[in-house]
Amino acid sequence: MRERVRPKSPPSTPRPTPHPQQAEVRVFNLSFAATPIAVRDALRAAVARFIRLMTEEEAGTLELILAEILNNIVEHGYGDSGKGTISLSIARDGKGLTCSVSDDGAALPPACLDLEDRDPERPDPTSLPEGGFGWFLIRDLATDLGYHREQGRNLLAFRMPLDPIEIRRAG
Amino acid sequence: MNLTAEALEGALVVHLAEARLDAAIAIRFKERMRDVTVQPAARVLLDLSKVEFLDSSGLGAVVAVMKSLAPNRQLELCGLTPNVAKVFRLTRMDSVLPIHANLEAALGEGRKYA
Repeated sequence: MRERVRPKSPPSTPRPTPHPQQAEVRVFNLSFAATPIAVRDALRAAVARFIRLMTEEEAGTLELILAEILNNIVEHGYGDSGKGTISLSIARDGKGLTCSVSDDGAALPPACLDLEDRDPERPDPTSLPEGGFGWFLIRDLATDLGYHREQGRNLLAFRMPLDPIEIRRAG
Repeated sequence: MNLTAEALEGALVVHLAEARLDAAIAIRFKERMRDVTVQPAARVLLDLSKVEFLDSSGLGAVVAVMKSLAPNRQLELCGLTPNVAKVFRLTRMDSVLPIHANLEAALGEGRKYA
């Protein structure tokens, strides 16, 4: 037998489902240095923690949102100094993921979070832009994006809705 | 960085055998591409079939390579995995770069016009 299977489980499910009573890890907390390599390791660890609780496509989306946010902090928040720390928290609930990221770098320009009427500023593909995509990707893929700065500390939070695995299994 | 190039049917085919094209390797990727594309070829085909993750820095690097080859040479992509294809689609950069399903399809396209 490969793994424990509940007797009432359907014979096949479209994705691995966690055992409901089992203490499946649903929270992730990590602090790491503000460098591109440390960001890579943090992304790998975060995705590994939640991979069993989401589809492959959802995992790819989570990794992309986080990569854009974290690399932005490394590059602009800390100005590529390699100094500074980033803290990442992710929690899985019944409807998806809540992620929060904090750092002590420069304040986020308000325009980054402005959800309304930003489409005209999207990089125009025909101009062959080499940057400026990051915040559009974040705003396209994340929901409930919020930002707060207090005592020199940035706190950015967002949600990412996921297919409800509990409901799917019950149905 | 695991990047190799070969001449195939008049095209310079570059294989990027890295799981990630991201902020951590974007600059080195551009440098390596500059080195390997010194070799003359009308078409430069970048095989991304091993790349499972691309972020906006990786995308920017691909665009930079495309611009460095223009106007005489065209950068084309092939073998995009789902996560990579999604970034090109969301940013609409799939509208300015020729993208082929795989290397065979990309080379077949070349034969058609030969």
